[in-house]
Amino acid sequence: MSWFKRIKEGITTSTREKKETPEGLWYKCPGCKKIISSQEHADQMWVCPNCNYHERIGSEEYFQILFDDGKYTEINAGLTAGDPLKFVDTKKYIDRLKESQAKTGLKDSIRTAHGKVNGHKLMVAAMDFKFIGGSMGSVMGEKIARAIQCCIDKKMPLLLISKSGGARMMEAALSLMQMAKTSAMLTRLSDEKLPYISLLTDPTTGGVTASFAMLGDLNISEPGALIGFAGPRVVKETIGKDLPKGFQTAEFVLEKGFLDYIIDRRQLKANITRVLDFFKN
Amino acid sequence: MNFLDFEKPISELTEQLEKAKQIGAKGKINTDKLVAELEQKIEEARETIYKSLTPWQKVQVSRHPDRPYSLDYINAITEGNFIELFGDRNVRDDKAMIGGMGLVDGKSIMFIGQQKGNNTKMRQYRNFGMPNPEGYRKALRLMKLAEKFGKPVVTFIDTPGAYPGLEAEERGQGEAIARNLFEMARLKVPVICFIIGEGASGGALGIGIGDKVIMLEFTWYSVISPESCSSILWRNWDNKEKAAEALKLTATDMLSLKLIDGILKEPVGGAHSHPEKMFHSVKSELMKQLNKLSSIPADELVNKRIEKFCSMGVYSE
Repeated sequence: MSWFKRIKEGITTSTREKKETPEGLWYKCPGCKKIISSQEHADQMWVCPNCNYHERIGSEEYFQILFDDGKYTEINAGLTAGDPLKFVDTKKYIDRLKESQAKTGLKDSIRTAHGKVNGHKLMVAAMDFKFIGGSMGSVMGEKIARAIQCCIDKKMPLLLISKSGGARMMEAALSLMQMAKTSAMLTRLSDEKLPYISLLTDPTTGGVTASFAMLGDLNISEPGALIGFAGPRVVKETIGKDLPKGFQTAEFVLEKGFLDYIIDRRQLKANITRVLDFFKN
Repeated sequence: MNFLDFEKPISELTEQLEKAKQIGAKGKINTDKLVAELEQKIEEARETIYKSLTPWQKVQVSRHPDRPYSLDYINAITEGNFIELFGDRNVRDDKAMIGGMGLVDGKSIMFIGQQKGNNTKMRQYRNFGMPNPEGYRKALRLMKLAEKFGKPVVTFIDTPGAYPGLEAEERGQGEAIARNLFEMARLKVPVICFIIGEGASGGALGIGIGDKVIMLEFTWYSVISPESCSSILWRNWDNKEKAAEALKLTATDMLSLKLIDGILKEPVGGAHSHPEKMFHSVKSELMKQLNKLSSIPADELVNKRIEKFCSMGVYSE
C-alpha cells in the first residue's frame, strides 16, 4: 500500500501560505466556460471573444463605450426615491433602497447623460440592473421624462438603454403610472421630430417592454438578450408546457418583427453614429 | 346569489328570509311581518359590513361573479343603442376586449372595455378578461376611428391582466400596450376611463390613459395583483391580505396618491347588489365629465392629459 505513504516530506502547505488568485483577475464566460483575463474581457466591451456572449454591464460602461473620450455631462444625478406607500415586505423598502445605494454607489436604477458620439450630440439614458433589478419606480420615470425634455430643449436625439425586470413593485401603482408618464413624454419628442433609439439589453421585461422600450423610432437589441412582456416563468406556468428553445431572445423577437436589428456591442458606437448620420443628413 | 366569505351574516339572513317567504306562500301562517323584519336586518347587515371593508375584501368584491361587466354597463347606458365592432384588422377578434359605437342621450360615444364572462363557458370564451395583443390593437383601432370623427372615447377597465401566453409574446404584447399608451396620450378627443372591477397592471393601463380616470368604490388598481405580489415577496399566496394592504390599491388610496381623478360610490353591497343604480350613476358621471371636457380645445386637452400623467411619481432631489 505504498501509495498511501507520503514519499516526499513537507508538502503540507498551510492555508495561510497558499497562493490565491486575486479576485476579478479572470473572467469565466457563462456561455462557453472559456476563461480569459478580465482586462481582455473589458477590452472586448465585456463580450466573450470566443462565443459572443454579452455580459450584463451598467450605465457607466455604456457611457464609456459610447461617448467620445468617455466624457459626458450627467443630468439629474441627485434624484432619489421616496417611500410614499411605506412599503414593507420582508424588508422595508426604504432600507432596501439604502442598502442598494451603499452596495452599488448608485442613487437609483437609471442614469441620464449627454455628450458627443463621434461628434453627434446625444442623450443617453442607461439602466443599472444591479440596483433592485433595474426596476422602474418614480425616479426612473422622472429621469426619463426630464431627459426627454432636455432633448427637446437642446435639440438632441435620445438613446435609451433598457435593462430591467419591469415596474418596481414596492412603488405599486406609482411605478405603473411611470409607464404612462414616459410614453406620454415620448409623444412630445416625436412631435419635435427628434430621433429616439431604444436599445433593449438583457433583460428587458414587464412594464419597461410595455412602454418606452418598444416605442423607439428604432428598436434594437444586443445578441441573446431576453426580451418579453411576461417573464418566461410566468408564460411557462400559463401554458403548462416547456417553452420552445430560444423563446423571448432578441433573435426570436427580431424574427417576430418587433426589433429593427441586433447589434454586437463592439459595433454599437459605429452603428449609432451611422444611424445619427442618417437622421441628420 | 353568490356570497363572499365575509358576507356570511347576510347569507344566513337571506336563507331565513327565503324560508319565511316559502312558509308565507303556503298561506297557513302570515309571515309578512317576519319577512319585513328580515329584509330590514339584511340591509342593516350589508351596511355594517360594507362600511368598513378591508383592502382584500374590496378586491374580493371587485371580482364578485355577479358583478356587472363592461357590456352590461354599455347596454344599460346606451339603452341598447349600441353597435359592437369586432377585430383588429390584423390577426383576429379578441373576445376579452370589446368595443363599439353607442348613443347616449343623443351623443355618440366610442365604448371600449375588457369583458369577462358570467359562467364557466363564457369565462373561457372571454379568456377571463385577459386580452391578447390583438385586443389592445382592436381598442386602438376604435380609438383612432373615434378620433377621426371627433367622438369621445369611454373605456371600462376590468381585467386581471394582459394575457401572459406564448402567442401573446409572439405577437408583441409589450409593444401593443406600449403603443396604446403612446397613442392614447395624444388622442385628440376626450377620453374617460372607469375602473369597474379589476385594474391589474399594464393590462389595465393599456386602455387607461384618460383625461378623467374614475374608480368605482370597491375596485382595485395596481401594478400587480395581491396574489402575485404575495407569491413574489413571500413565495406563497397566504399573504395576499398583507399584500393588498401594502399595495395601496383601493380607490381611496389611489385618489390620495393623486393617481386617479375620482371615486364613484357604489350601492351598499356593491355594484352587483343594485346594478340599475350603478348603471345610472356611471351614466350621469360620464355625461357630467363629458360636458366639461367637450368644451376644451383638442390641443389643450392633450397637453393637460400629458401633464397630468407627467406629474405622477414621488421622489426627492
